Amino acid sequence: MDPVIELDGLEVRFGNRVILKRLNAALTGRSVGLLGPNGAGKSTLINTLLGFHKPSAGTARILGHDIRTQARAVRSLIGYMPENDSFVAGMSGVHFVRLMAELAGLPAAHALERAHEAFFYVGLGEVRYRAVGTYSLGMKQAAKLAQAIAHGPKLLFLDEPTNGLDPPARARMIQLIQEIRDRGDLHLLLSSHLLRDVEDCCDQVLILKDGNVAAFCNLEEERRANRRFLELETRGENNGDFLEAVEKLGCETAPGAQGRVKLVLPDGLEVRRLYEIAADQNVQIRRLNRKRDSLEDIFLKAMEAPNGRL
Amino acid sequence: MAVYKKTYRPYEGELTSSWLRFLVIPRYALADLRSSRFLSLFFIGSFIYPLICALIIYVQHNASALGLLGVQGARSLISINVTFFMNLLGWQSMLALFLAAFVGPGQISPDLANNALSLYLARPFSRVEYVLGKMSVLAVLMSLMTWVPGLLCFGLQGYLEGWQWMRDNARLASGTFFSAWIWILILALLALALSAWVKWKPAAGGLMFGVFFVAAAFGAVINGVQRTKWGSLFNISHLVGSVWVQLFEGSKKTTNGAVFFRVTAGEGIPLWCCWMALGVLCLICLYMLARKIRGVEVVR
Repeated sequence: MDPVIELDGLEVRFGNRVILKRLNAALTGRSVGLLGPNGAGKSTLINTLLGFHKPSAGTARILGHDIRTQARAVRSLIGYMPENDSFVAGMSGVHFVRLMAELAGLPAAHALERAHEAFFYVGLGEVRYRAVGTYSLGMKQAAKLAQAIAHGPKLLFLDEPTNGLDPPARARMIQLIQEIRDRGDLHLLLSSHLLRDVEDCCDQVLILKDGNVAAFCNLEEERRANRRFLELETRGENNGDFLEAVEKLGCETAPGAQGRVKLVLPDGLEVRRLYEIAADQNVQIRRLNRKRDSLEDIFLKAMEAPNGRL
Repeated sequence: MAVYKKTYRPYEGELTSSWLRFLVIPRYALADLRSSRFLSLFFIGSFIYPLICALIIYVQHNASALGLLGVQGARSLISINVTFFMNLLGWQSMLALFLAAFVGPGQISPDLANNALSLYLARPFSRVEYVLGKMSVLAVLMSLMTWVPGLLCFGLQGYLEGWQWMRDNARLASGTFFSAWIWILILALLALALSAWVKWKPAAGGLMFGVFFVAAAFGAVINGVQRTKWGSLFNISHLVGSVWVQLFEGSKKTTNGAVFFRVTAGEGIPLWCCWMALGVLCLICLYMLARKIRGVEVVR
C-alpha cells in the first residue's frame, strides 16, 4: 500500500535546537494517531508537513507529493484543524467557512453550499449566522472542524480536536471523526496527548518523544492480538493438570503466584472451552480478564525507553 | 445534497485558478468595509475636492458660465497647470493617509490576534498572496481617491482644451499616476506592517500619523540643532514631495512640491537620497511583514 505520509530523514531545527531528529516512517493507515508528551514535536511535525517550517534536512511526502518542492499541491490536499482558537474576526460562522473553502479553490457558489452543509454536519446548523467570536469553546472546535472538511480534503490534520471539550461535546467530536474515518473518503492524522482519543479513532499510532520516533504500531493488529491474550485467576488443587490440559489445546501459558495464569489462546479456540476444562479438573476460574489498554502499555514502554526509542 | 442529510461527502467539483483565489481576500475585505457607515461617508466625502477641481476646469472653459458668475477675469486667476494637478494629488493623498490609518490597522492584526493565519496559509495560498491580497484592498480604495480623479480631471481638461494641450502636458498624467502609486505603495506597506506588529487597532492607526508627523518633527529638530539638511531624511512628506516634483516636471523645476508635500526651501536633499530613503522605508516594512506573516510563530 502506498504510504499516506512518508517521513524521510526529516529534521527540523529552530536556531540551534533540533526539534525533529531525522524521523523515518511510512504511515499507511486510514487514520493515524500522533502521540507524545508535551514538547515531543507533534505540532512541529504537523506544521512542517503543512509547510510552516522548513526542514533543515530530509523531507516528507504526502500522498506522493514532496513537502519541499510541491508545498502548494500538498496544501491543496489537506484540511487542517489547528489546536488553538483560530477564526476570522467579525464573520458569521458560515461566512468564515465559505471564505476558507474559497481560498482552498472552491467557486463561490459551491463554497457557500459546502459551508452550510459542513455546519449542519458538525451540529452547528442553528448558529451558523452568528459571529464565530461569540461561540462557546465547543462550538469553536466544531467550527474549526467544519472549515477543515468543507473543501473535501484528501487528508485531514486534527491537532488536539477534543481540547477543552466537556464529556458530551468530546463524545460528539469523536463520533464525527469516526464517521468521517469510516466513510473512507479521506485519511486522518490525529495529534493528541489523550490516549483514549487516539485509541477510539485511529488504526495506526506514531509515538514521538524528544523529537524521535519512540514507537510506531498498528493498533488494529494489537487489538486482534490482545483478544487472544487472557489473564486468569484460578483456585483448586489441580492447577498443574489444568495448565497441562490447556497447553495440549495449543495455548501458551505463564503461571504466576497465587493461581494467576497468563495465557494466549490459539486461533479457533473459544474461551468457553477453558471453563469446560477447568470444570473437568475441578478448578475454579475466579477471574478472567482480556488484556486491555494496549496503547497505554505501548505508550508507557515508549516513554521509559532510553533516548526515546523502543 | 440537501442539508438534512447530515453526512460528510468529498468535493468533486471544479476548482478555481490561483489568480481568482488571490482575489478572494480583497473581495471579502471590501464587502466588510462597505458595512462601515463612517468609512462610506468619508470615502464619498473625499471626492468633494476633485469635483471642485472638475468644476473649476469646466467654468474656466465656459465663457457663458463665467459671465453668469460675473468673474470674467477668473481665467487669469486660476490656471490649470502643474501646481493645480499637484495640489489635487496632494489633497487627495492626505485623505488617503487618513483612510490608510483607518482601514489599514484592521487588515492583519485581527488575523494575528485570532490565529487565523494558520488557516489561510494551510491552504494553497502563499504568504505573498496573503500580503498582496490585503494590500490590494488599500490600493483599490486609495487609487479611487488619488490617481483616478486626477486622471479624470486631466481628461476633462484635455477634452476642453484640445488634443495639443494633452500632448504638451502628458507628463502631468504620468506624474499623477506614478506619484500616486508611490504614495499608495508606501502607505499600504506601512499600514500593513504596523497592523502586523501592533495588535490594538487605534494604536496602529495613531502610529501611522506618528511615523509621518512625529518623524517629520524629529527631522526638523535635527536640522535646527545640527544646522544640517539631512534631518529631512526623516520627513516622509518632504521625500515624497521631492520625488513628485521630479515625476511631474523632470529637470525643469518650477514648483517646490504640492500642498502637504512641500520641500522646505534650503533643506532640499539630493533626489537619489530621497528615492533611497523611500526604498529603505519600503524594505523595512517588507521585513516587518515577513517576520510576522507566518503560519505559526516560532519561539526559538
